[in-house]
Amino acid sequence: MHNKLSKLAALAVAVPLALVGCAGAPGGGSGSDEITYWLWDANQLPAYQACATDFEKANPDTKVKVEQFGWADYWNKLTTDLVAGTAPDVFTNHLNYFATYAAKNQLLPLDEFVTRDGVPTDVYPQGLADLWTTQDGKRYGLPKDFDTVALFYNKEMLADAGVAEADLANLTWNPQDGGTYEKLIAHLTVDANGKRGDEPGFDKTKVAVHGLGLDENNGAGVGQQMWSMYALSTGWTYTDENPWGSHFNYDDPRFQRTMAWFRGLMDKGYLPSLATARSGTSVNDGFGAGKYALSTNGSWMINSYFGYDGVEVGVAPTPTGPSGKRATIFNGLADSIYTGTDNREGAWKWVKHLASAECQKTVGEQAVVFPALPEALAVAKEKFAAKGVDITAFTQPVDEGATHLYPITDHAPEIAAVMGPAIDAVLTSQADPASLTQANEQVNALFR
Amino acid sequence: MTTHRTRHRSDVWPALLFLLPAGFGFVLFYAWPAVQTFYLSFTDYSLLAAPNWIGAQNYRDALGDARFGNALLVTVEYVVINIGVQTVAALFIAVLMHRLTKSSLVRGLLLLPYLIANVVVALVWYNMLDAQLGIVNAVLSWVGIDPVAFFGETSTAIPTIALVNVWRHMGYTALLIFAGLQAIPKSVYEAAAIDGASEWRIFRGVTLPLLRPVLAMVLVLTVIGSFQIFDTVAVTTKGGPVDATRVIYFYLYEKAFQQFDFGYAAALSVVLFLILAGLAVAQLRLLRAGSSDLD
Repeated sequence: MHNKLSKLAALAVAVPLALVGCAGAPGGGSGSDEITYWLWDANQLPAYQACATDFEKANPDTKVKVEQFGWADYWNKLTTDLVAGTAPDVFTNHLNYFATYAAKNQLLPLDEFVTRDGVPTDVYPQGLADLWTTQDGKRYGLPKDFDTVALFYNKEMLADAGVAEADLANLTWNPQDGGTYEKLIAHLTVDANGKRGDEPGFDKTKVAVHGLGLDENNGAGVGQQMWSMYALSTGWTYTDENPWGSHFNYDDPRFQRTMAWFRGLMDKGYLPSLATARSGTSVNDGFGAGKYALSTNGSWMINSYFGYDGVEVGVAPTPTGPSGKRATIFNGLADSIYTGTDNREGAWKWVKHLASAECQKTVGEQAVVFPALPEALAVAKEKFAAKGVDITAFTQPVDEGATHLYPITDHAPEIAAVMGPAIDAVLTSQADPASLTQANEQVNALFR
Repeated sequence: MTTHRTRHRSDVWPALLFLLPAGFGFVLFYAWPAVQTFYLSFTDYSLLAAPNWIGAQNYRDALGDARFGNALLVTVEYVVINIGVQTVAALFIAVLMHRLTKSSLVRGLLLLPYLIANVVVALVWYNMLDAQLGIVNAVLSWVGIDPVAFFGETSTAIPTIALVNVWRHMGYTALLIFAGLQAIPKSVYEAAAIDGASEWRIFRGVTLPLLRPVLAMVLVLTVIGSFQIFDTVAVTTKGGPVDATRVIYFYLYEKAFQQFDFGYAAALSVVLFLILAGLAVAQLRLLRAGSSDLD
């Protein structure tokens, strides 16, 4: 009896031990002839799977394993895998994270390979490739796509308001009275009694349709889809230089006046309050449900905006500001190689393929994002048009030189932690725009 | 007597062996990380580079960190609303079940919300409570009440999150209390009935005092769980608007996994551990959880 008990007990101990032993074996790192590749966007998975198939055909000795994880899990998983030494050989990188990883020596500089194989880096739209070089001049990624911000509009609401779609291409904006842009937003706002925002008797406490939608995400210190297109069109810039600035300009009156104007839209009832915007659904779903007539958002959201049943959608460029130019943030993704990869050559071959016209055209075919190479962008443009989407409003600022690079600096997460609540406080009227001067001091203190 | 004792002692080794797997898990997944965390709280550690010993600097920083103070306050507000409402509601449901129905179907139904994943519950309520498109506000406007941005207002965000979690947990808590109720002998109720006591009098004079040890246990467990509120915040308000829902675990998570300040996050979690340990001891003392009025 005791003997049996002891044996059972021993078994009970041995089994979990064995399991732990298994878990200890190297997990994520791939064998020398297999490259693991990560991305976060499920919509792009088929495109990159197709690129992988083409790649394997041309390089029969190298296999590519494409894995996709949702945005929120992606960075946690990547970080823990970097620590554990089991990170993927190649992964899709974002500008918000790349500086941190590069500074902590987790990324393989590509310069040696780029020079050796003569890969051109001047074929991309202006500035795009520079985003992926650090202050010491090392390159950590080749651009794969780009994005800009534009103004989505509800065609039916425009028609009901008697506004011609073509007029949206010539909107002007300023932080004092909002220009023709604010006039349009006011006119498109409708209260529960059917009164428009620019009519006498308009009830701002019972708005049925807001002229402009408010992004539900916390824009932190960048406000990419939220307020960057206004602030940047005043001539204001985030930092003293970009990339790798070390002094932020949230104390600039042009920036603070822009924020005051933006909050004013809420007070007037043209823009939903921050509370409403953050209360449950996304700005695009609100737009799809007919709660907003206009909505500024990024090109990566095209398929969401155009995907709502029974909603006719158009896109216009952002308004022209006091500087005489429109403005949009110009951002993009790239593929980076993990320093700990056991197959540098294979990883590089795959990155080179991802940056090639062949793969980017395959991606363009799917009409999900804008490929970085102009010839591949042409393919995407055609495919988007076939789906009834004219992407000119997104590409026009690139041709006009009206784009501004995403602010690349050190301390990006710490800056977001300061600016997120600070801008929330301004937009909820808990603080004045002038309070952003103090937040700016906190941000700049990070660089001292 | 002697044979009994030897028999007793010879059971110790198999017993220990059986406990070993659990002990192994405890040491590996709880004790060792706890020791590690304690060590890391005295370091500057960014995960991707080796930890650097900086003494008590993280603790000094925490003392002067207004956002940490705010996180504690917000968390306490959450716990008070969450535990207060949940305990009363669960007690009410448990007594109802105990006095009125023996139906296991009802008991099963009560447990349903608890069987849905936290994140799913949070997201469904988040959508239902939307100011413009949520069904709850549609009903409110139908009876003439202006829409409320439950998750979006700084004043209502924490109460909303607290109540959503009450909805999820009260059935489970009620079952725990119900189990305690069943341990109360029927005879005391019969005696009370013979004395002609009202339901309320029976509840005050019989049920509540005899339930005290179980209630104490339930409170200790739920309060500790409540302090660890994270997932609902992470998928809905993400700490905002402003700092209204930046509860301590979410703040800690931001420090560690977004800002790579693992040393500081470790220090914050040690502080939280001390607070919770103190709270648990105080609760058990105050509620005299070890003794029962049945003796």
